[in-house]
Amino acid sequence: MTQALVIKNLKKVYDDGFVALKGVDLEVAKGDFFALLGPNGAGKSTTIGVISSMVRKSAGSVSVFGYDIERDLVRAKRSLGVVPQEFNFNQFEKVADILVSQAGYYGLSARQARPRIEHYLKKLGLWDKRFTQSRMLSGGMKRRLMIARALIHEPELLILDEPTAGVDIELRRSLWEFIKEINDYGTTIILTTHYLEEAEQLCRNIAIIDQGEIVENTSMKRLLSLLQKESFVLDLRQPIEQIPAFSGYKVNKIDSNSLEVEVDKNTGVNDLFRQLSELKIEVASMRNKNNRLEELFVNMTKGALKDESATGGKA
Amino acid sequence: MSGLENEGSRGLPERPQHSEFRYHWVAFVTIFAKEVRRFMRIWPQTLLPPAISMVLYFVIFGAVIGSRIGTMSGFSYMTYVLPGLIMMSVITNSFSNVASSFFSNKFQRSIEEVLISPVPNWIILAGYVLGGVARGVITGAIVMGLGLFFVELEVHDVLVTLLAVVMTATLFALGGFINGVFARKFDDVSIIPTFVLTPMTYLGGVFYSIEILPEFWQKVSMLNPILYQVNTFRYGLLGEAGGLDTRFAFVVMLLAILSLGAYSLHLLKTGRGLRS
Repeated sequence: MTQALVIKNLKKVYDDGFVALKGVDLEVAKGDFFALLGPNGAGKSTTIGVISSMVRKSAGSVSVFGYDIERDLVRAKRSLGVVPQEFNFNQFEKVADILVSQAGYYGLSARQARPRIEHYLKKLGLWDKRFTQSRMLSGGMKRRLMIARALIHEPELLILDEPTAGVDIELRRSLWEFIKEINDYGTTIILTTHYLEEAEQLCRNIAIIDQGEIVENTSMKRLLSLLQKESFVLDLRQPIEQIPAFSGYKVNKIDSNSLEVEVDKNTGVNDLFRQLSELKIEVASMRNKNNRLEELFVNMTKGALKDESATGGKA
Repeated sequence: MSGLENEGSRGLPERPQHSEFRYHWVAFVTIFAKEVRRFMRIWPQTLLPPAISMVLYFVIFGAVIGSRIGTMSGFSYMTYVLPGLIMMSVITNSFSNVASSFFSNKFQRSIEEVLISPVPNWIILAGYVLGGVARGVITGAIVMGLGLFFVELEVHDVLVTLLAVVMTATLFALGGFINGVFARKFDDVSIIPTFVLTPMTYLGGVFYSIEILPEFWQKVSMLNPILYQVNTFRYGLLGEAGGLDTRFAFVVMLLAILSLGAYSLHLLKTGRGLRS
């Protein structure tokens, strides 16, 4: 089966000598919902920049749906839609004009673009703003405009670089639904995000990039199974004065109404609840202390923060 | 809901499959139309100023002091100066349009829209340059229209006139494109028009025939490319070329267009100031 994206030994050295990518290998299957995660300066944006031709690679190869970006750049670009991290549309143009132009770059005349513009603006809640100058839109609307713009030519591969940054929770969840729907129709999606909950909820496969190298590339399910220990918070019905002794679990008191319990993957929680029943401690609710992916991410990219200042924030 | 409508089906018409020519044609029309829309939207900044300044030139050089100057190469001073003033508008407007539009798109990063898209570089260049030519030609037509209130004119050679305008506008639109690519801040977009184009235009035979200059300064003036464009256009309108060979002028313009066009494509290919 043709892969949506194949990256082989991709290297990028900037003119000032900074090595942003040290030989990235990555494959994304057709129809996948793929997360590319990494700390600031890890090389995510450089990788996306190379795929979208805004950054020139130093070595290696990239192909989009089998089209090499050097030999068959036009076909590769026709298959690709990119939602960049920063707003990059003309602030003085009207919403509809931005989309008409974008469609035109992909060979769709204004007449052919019209039903598509109406469709995506309605789906993204921007139809009423079609004659508004883009600089007058709120931050969330601007982000939705960039998503509509990337979809107007119906790309087979959609890359979303931090699509929900600065977006309120309600809208973020609506955007998740929308992006899921796009994926359900067969569009391959690559997502970078700092909201790890977003990646965990949406993506089937994941790669973690750190200091210009892929440090993990696997399925979300398998990655989460690597987690040996999980911390849970138990909210209690009645307050307790002292922490009773629990066998096989490390328990800390957060306050009189809540406990933090560290659970080993091999132990499970059944025995914990049996002990709680014996001690007549009633649990009102239970939740993960941290996002599970977040914990793994921090473990895998340890030292990244320390080295971040050295990157100059380029990658 | 503040956000999105959820719908079962996309319900979109099939995406049309085009020939490569059709892809390129639609992309070119898109960029060109966008450029025209831009300068029409801000007409008080783009089309009105040349009209006002040229009316002032006509009033001062035509009605107030023109009659005291007498004739120039056998024409009334007002008649002589009109082609030069038209050409001055064409040069500055075609240059400024592309330089400021391209730099503004670069500054706002909206240039990435077209750079990420499959539009080939030569179409990007053609769209921007033709946009600049359109503004140059339209402002030239406005100035000529206003000039006809002050001067009676019979066009000597329509083809030479049109060709001179279009080639000059193309040449300076290409210059504006290169300026836009190299510009890093808004000041850089006004440096060339202020410190290079304006002096060259004023000394390029707009207001006088170089035949009235001492021999040394005549030779110096011959090094100014704008002199050839102004005099070729003047020949088209009045039949007076100020002693210059118009065929030679056309060849020089064509070579200059080809050179700047090739250099602009090279800049786009290497991504100078655009790609990292």
